[in-house]
Amino acid sequence: METEVTSQEKVSDSGIDLSADYFALFAIEPGFEVDLVHVSRQYRHLQGLLHPDRHTTASAAQRRWSMQASSFVNDAHDTLRKPLRRAVYLLSLAGISTDEETDTQMDPMFLMEQMELREAIESAPSANDPHAVLLDVRGQLSRAMSAEQVSFAEASAAHDWSAARDTVRRWQFLDKLGREISDLEAHLDGDAP
Amino acid sequence: MALLQISEPGQSAAPHQHRLAIGIDLGTTNSLVATVRSGVADVLPDASGARSLASVVAFKADGTADVGEAATVESSAYLPIRSAKRLMGKGADDLEGHWLAEHHRFDRSGSVPAFETAAGPKTAVAVSAEILAALKARAEHTLGGDLVGAVITVPAYFDDAQRQATKDAAALAGLNVLRLLNEPTAAAVAYGLDQGEALGAGSVVAIYDLGGGTFDISLLRLNAGVFEVLATAGHTALGGDDIDHALVAWLLEKSGLRAFPDDAARAEAVAQARQIKERLSAATSVDVDFVVNGESVWQGEFAREAFDALVSPLAERTLGLCRRVLRDAGVERDEVASVVMVGGSTRVPLVREQVSRFFDQDVLTDINPDEVVAIGAAIQADALAGNRPEDDLLLLDVTPLSLGLETMGGLAEKVIPRNTTIPVARAQEFTTYKDGQTAMALHVVQGEREMVSDCRSLARFELAGFPARVAGALRIQVLFQVDADGLLTVSAIERESGTVASVDVKPSYGLSDGEIESMLRDSMDLAAEDMQARALAEQRVEASRVLEAITAALDSDGDEHLSADERAAIDASVIAVQGALASDDRDAINAAVQALEKGSEAFVERRMNASVRRLMAGRDLDELESRNN
Repeated sequence: METEVTSQEKVSDSGIDLSADYFALFAIEPGFEVDLVHVSRQYRHLQGLLHPDRHTTASAAQRRWSMQASSFVNDAHDTLRKPLRRAVYLLSLAGISTDEETDTQMDPMFLMEQMELREAIESAPSANDPHAVLLDVRGQLSRAMSAEQVSFAEASAAHDWSAARDTVRRWQFLDKLGREISDLEAHLDGDAP
Repeated sequence: MALLQISEPGQSAAPHQHRLAIGIDLGTTNSLVATVRSGVADVLPDASGARSLASVVAFKADGTADVGEAATVESSAYLPIRSAKRLMGKGADDLEGHWLAEHHRFDRSGSVPAFETAAGPKTAVAVSAEILAALKARAEHTLGGDLVGAVITVPAYFDDAQRQATKDAAALAGLNVLRLLNEPTAAAVAYGLDQGEALGAGSVVAIYDLGGGTFDISLLRLNAGVFEVLATAGHTALGGDDIDHALVAWLLEKSGLRAFPDDAARAEAVAQARQIKERLSAATSVDVDFVVNGESVWQGEFAREAFDALVSPLAERTLGLCRRVLRDAGVERDEVASVVMVGGSTRVPLVREQVSRFFDQDVLTDINPDEVVAIGAAIQADALAGNRPEDDLLLLDVTPLSLGLETMGGLAEKVIPRNTTIPVARAQEFTTYKDGQTAMALHVVQGEREMVSDCRSLARFELAGFPARVAGALRIQVLFQVDADGLLTVSAIERESGTVASVDVKPSYGLSDGEIESMLRDSMDLAAEDMQARALAEQRVEASRVLEAITAALDSDGDEHLSADERAAIDASVIAVQGALASDDRDAINAAVQALEKGSEAFVERRMNASVRRLMAGRDLDELESRNN
């Protein structure tokens, strides 16, 4: 552990900061709108350079470095290509945390809609065609998430971080519902993960 | 191409030298070894021309073992061991209710269950090591030289314990593991679907792999040499063996017998069932004469429909997992450009029909489904050994199961979700829940369920000695790292006091390092002097490799990255290693190599950073890409 910490520090001294900006690593302007084709191309280039498979015959130090750098690139890629992770990351760059339980005031209308969606999900297993019910809820969810995505893009472009954070909190709610639907679908398929 | 030069130093000193590397498919029922010769990957047959090796082992009283067909000749009171792969990384609890427990007698006194044999109790790891050693010997004999290492394939859905057990078996067999490779990914590489005009760049392919004992379904996105796994799903106890056993149960019922008189009779019935299954791959109906202990107990016709009825539940379960992998990857069914069938059990017509209907297209079966995994492994081994002139192959795989920690109330908190690309490092902060708490018990689990009791327990360790504070005041950061083999390491640090604890996750059901060592010591063909000589030889190879890599790097741009003093220090370490190599002192060589590696860490990092900086400093990526394609 200790050696890893020091080696990470050295890395940051010498150029690549393994705790800094994913946008810089992928050679793009920081912002919510990203060119996903460029991201995935840059991802393949970076991994082609850094992946442990490229360093199997190298020294132990280089192999260790390669694993750390490759892990870092994987996390950067996952963050940049997933809209919600990207949004949370942009907030964190602006110094705003989304983990805190503080200030949990939410729009009552929004919470009402959530409760209805949740009820629809919970009652799906007893419906005639559970998959159809879930498909319908999923459609509603993805429309709602698209709307949040648009709001976030506008708020973050205007540097209105307070509005951007509220958007992300609603979005996280919806995302969690989406995962619950996936788990339920897996369960209905007879193969609960 | 300048950008890729950083991976060259280890190889550039002797670019013409071909390093012998093999791919091994360690299967539940059959195992294979393959290699790349003159640019062509092929399976290595044994002296009699047999391409596969039955995964059957029979130990003799003198401690030696027969492997393959030779092991199936009954010669002792103990049945030959089959399907040992099913017990890799498993504990005695996992045997409860398993059909394997009816076929073999087990010693359950140790940390992992062991087959009782004429040579005493043998774990699944020891059994697998015999199979690996047999394949290694075959390869060395055929290729006529020492191997630099092997890529060994594992089911994509293997958990950490099962992967670790496979690595342990390789260590026991004296094999250097270049990489553990997921079987479906290996199959995708063998098909080379990333090349050619048939599929466009960025196409998604599905690999459906139903073997003797395991099922995997993987979705990959392909781009000229880059195989990116999007998601994988599967089951490590679902395969052709289950068809055999369903058929045995059916035959038993038909014959009116309540149970088999003895183990041998049961084994004979399984063999008959397997034959019936194989005949039904080509025929629509077969005549059956079911024999128990030499006596015919039932005769009749067995039609494809009756067989399909037995297979259908299994096929249905695999399709449920196909739906799941699509969901996890966020891919629609009609986006799948190609479906590859892997594993002997995909010869069953109903399986092919159902998969073909599910994906609404003809499935690919061009490469022998029994050999495709070994061939893919051989291609990857060739690349990892540094034999491919241009680094054009890159496999980006995922972790199949979520990894997490137990939190209050027996809940599992996911730190790394399933289908995350590896290698990966993720940290999560936890805090104390009681005032004055100075220690924390960490329980690492793997699985998708919310309750820890429903997940697989991987390891437990304790972080102790941090200062007493009110509940919730301390920040304990837990770091999960999964390497390119899919193996997990967990470390934890308490920020305020800097208390650190780290574990290489040794699964609860694994063998300890001590056990592995003692097995190595006990192994017959490794007498004490051999071991020492071999350790020295390995140390020399390692030292030469390090020397070669560093001197090549120094020659190419040492002066660019190092001050005169730094350069002199590394040069001195190089000379020290060369000096140590002239002796037979393993410890001295090791110490000199360690010193050189430590002394050149900064140099290595500067070179890598320089390369990456060059890439980031506005090279025209589109131009590079088009040149690559």
